[in-house]
Amino acid sequence: MLQEQELKTFVEGTTNFFEVAAQQPASIGSPYLMETAPAVHEYTGIINISGKREGVVYFTAPKAMLTVLLMKMQENDFSHETMRDLVGEVANTISGNARRDFGRDFVISVPSVLTGERPEIPQKPGIRSFVIPINWRSHSAKLVVSLT
Amino acid sequence: MSTANGTMTRGNGKRALKLLIVDDSSIMRRRIERSQQFEELELVGTAGDGLQALELFRRTDPDLVTMDLTMPQMDGIECISRLVALKPAVRILVISALADKATAIEAMEQGANGFLHKPFTDRQLNEAIAELIR
Repeated sequence: MLQEQELKTFVEGTTNFFEVAAQQPASIGSPYLMETAPAVHEYTGIINISGKREGVVYFTAPKAMLTVLLMKMQENDFSHETMRDLVGEVANTISGNARRDFGRDFVISVPSVLTGERPEIPQKPGIRSFVIPINWRSHSAKLVVSLT
Repeated sequence: MSTANGTMTRGNGKRALKLLIVDDSSIMRRRIERSQQFEELELVGTAGDGLQALELFRRTDPDLVTMDLTMPQMDGIECISRLVALKPAVRILVISALADKATAIEAMEQGANGFLHKPFTDRQLNEAIAELIR
């Protein structure tokens, strides 16, 4: 089961992503245990984890936040496909960076992306899910870490 | 411009180095293309997975490849070994989120020449490319 101290890896990964990719730090809230169905935003990038840990890591964000993030990344394409690409890439980057601490047996999938505010997030029963709140500029997003 | 033997040259007569960008994210492909600042680099193609990269590699014979690792169809590690088998002199810069040392070592053992972690700044990208081409 994921230990709370292991969440530090994902908090640092999220902080690093916004500092480097968006050139503007995000404020990361205290992680909390998810007790009900996750409140997701319009775009959700999901990474399936296998190997020595199993579960999912997903990043969910509103379109408005992704639009500004794309602007900060000097991107000119704000299409639905580009939003999907971005939300998957954020999830991929934060999950991939976690291998620095978890090692190469922390195997990450290519991203899958869900859109809409009621997507079916694949989750294993009995696994604790932690929500890491992300506040960036005037926008809020979440990283959810659900691992054995 | 191209010479009779198909070699591309710049206006200053220097031979252009052909660049192939491989990443399953179109945002990342555009970012790498836009951020690299080397006049001698001539983009000859972009690919979204390892299989597409192999096909483009055979057609365009690049000198430098930027290579993502986590991709559908064929991952970057396998793609690197196939590209090096086709052209041992190719220079390959891995650009990946996978941040563990073992993956970097494996990529180097397969024939990669450099490794840059995502996320990266423009400066980090250009420094990493400079190390491979100069």
